[in-house]
Amino acid sequence: MDLYQELILEHSKRPQHAGLREPFGAESHHVNTSCGDEITLRVDVEGEGDDAVIKDVSYDSIGCSISVASASMLAENLIGLTLREAQEVFGATRTMLTSKGQAAGDEEVIGDAIALAGVSKYPARVKCALLSWSALQDSLGKLGLDLTGGAASTTEETKA
Amino acid sequence: MAHASFDAARVREDFPLLARRVRDDKPLVYLDSGATSQSPESVITAEGDFYRTVNAAVHRGAHQLSEEATDAYEGARETIARFIGGRADDIVFTKNATEALNLVAYAFSNAGAPGAMDGVDEAIASKFALGPGDEIVVTAMEHHANLVPWQELARRTGATFRWIEITDDGFVDLDSAREVITERAKVVAFTHVSNVLGTINPVNDLATIAREAGALVVLDACQSVPHMPVDVAQLDVDFLAFSGHKMLGPTGIGVLWGKHELLEAMPPFLTGGSMIEIVKLEGTTFAPPPQRFEAGTPNAAQAVGLGAACDYLEALGMDNVLRHEQDLIQLTLDGLAERPWVSVLGPQDAGARLGAVAFVVDGVHPHDVGQILDDAGVAIRTGHHCAWPLHRRLRAVASSRVSFNVYSTADDVEAFLTALDRVPNIFGLEV
Repeated sequence: MDLYQELILEHSKRPQHAGLREPFGAESHHVNTSCGDEITLRVDVEGEGDDAVIKDVSYDSIGCSISVASASMLAENLIGLTLREAQEVFGATRTMLTSKGQAAGDEEVIGDAIALAGVSKYPARVKCALLSWSALQDSLGKLGLDLTGGAASTTEETKA
Repeated sequence: MAHASFDAARVREDFPLLARRVRDDKPLVYLDSGATSQSPESVITAEGDFYRTVNAAVHRGAHQLSEEATDAYEGARETIARFIGGRADDIVFTKNATEALNLVAYAFSNAGAPGAMDGVDEAIASKFALGPGDEIVVTAMEHHANLVPWQELARRTGATFRWIEITDDGFVDLDSAREVITERAKVVAFTHVSNVLGTINPVNDLATIAREAGALVVLDACQSVPHMPVDVAQLDVDFLAFSGHKMLGPTGIGVLWGKHELLEAMPPFLTGGSMIEIVKLEGTTFAPPPQRFEAGTPNAAQAVGLGAACDYLEALGMDNVLRHEQDLIQLTLDGLAERPWVSVLGPQDAGARLGAVAFVVDGVHPHDVGQILDDAGVAIRTGHHCAWPLHRRLRAVASSRVSFNVYSTADDVEAFLTALDRVPNIFGLEV
């Protein structure tokens, strides 16, 4: 079936940047209450405001292939970016994931996460793909940083 | 394998939804009846006919429709009572089993309010008195519906919440039960059949231990009443709860059965219209049970639908239903045993279980298993099935579950096994 792209399977079997690391500025633990998927995510940031640089994203993820792969892609995409750039990646990823199969995604912006395009056809799985993003948004929020760049929060979409 | 007295293919024809096609026009293989069962035409018609012909508020209104609506509603109560061997006066309609269990839990906390138990026999009133030093006991295999209300009751009253351990093969550990249930226990709540493991629990063995401790016994019968003969006269329990939508009935209707002298003593859970005796601005007295526990306009059409579901099951014969479903469990266990990459949770003996078979594909998350089955039109449940502590105890993050009802067939099991065989391929497992 087209949902399980090779890239998703690769990321879920060998998640990039996995494991919890020091140093970190904030940590969040999020759970998908419908299935029990869990992620603990840490973010390390240098600088202030939208110019802050994401030095590291580390995580411990227990869950389905979609949620683990999405966390892996998130870390791969965001480490080294400024918050402003991360906002663009997040926006593009979220737009694709919530498009109900209508948006293919922009590989230039979201890299391997393009493989998650098929997830948007399955409402129950969108939550899985957004779990790591909601944990990141929460962690950044603890540092006074806004991943949405003022747009609506993911929290509503990821609620069970 | 098939029993002459039960023709599941014929039964299927009574269930219009099962003719549906899903996911690019594939025939639906519905194996999620443990979550919600489908309804036969007779149930859908009974519910619809209530609205088409007699719809009115029950127990009020000086007109013919109201009388007929009341007769239909109370007639359903009698049918359901008969179905479980009880008396109609001891059947309380709720919106589901969760509400039924909360109703009992709140009777304990409300009993502590000043005056709540005035006029109640001291021996009975004392059973509902709960505070620090008292204990509430459940098992480690409970559905959240029979777990969280008791945790919360403990929190509200200062009582201690305890649980009985289970064995690795998915049975209640009776040694643990004897250890955990002491004279401090005031209530012991457990499930008749596990919604994950399928284990049929030894109700009366557990009840005997609870009785010796002087505790009240609450049985979650959500996964037993739909699938096997249940007779409250044969079960040594004080309360029994089940849901309509798991036994071919509509959503929005559940049942609490209770011993009459206990229901009579219990303070109400929800209050308002329909449950009162005399209302004055200075204070209110309450109607006798079951009305005392049915505040507001009830889900009358759904109660009537559930009555029709009981009629339907009765016509099939619950002994036949039990045999048929255990045949399907045997078939499923045999099929999964041929697939060494699958681990089954719970008893390996089909005769010890009912309703459901939960399993784990080693190395593949249940969500992914469910997705691949769904792609083939096979509907199953994945996750922790509202039994998170049980999954922790079994060291499983989550599991996949197939569950059956009267319309499930050997073909459904075959279709499931065939679709399951795609999992190792897609996920590159060594098999």
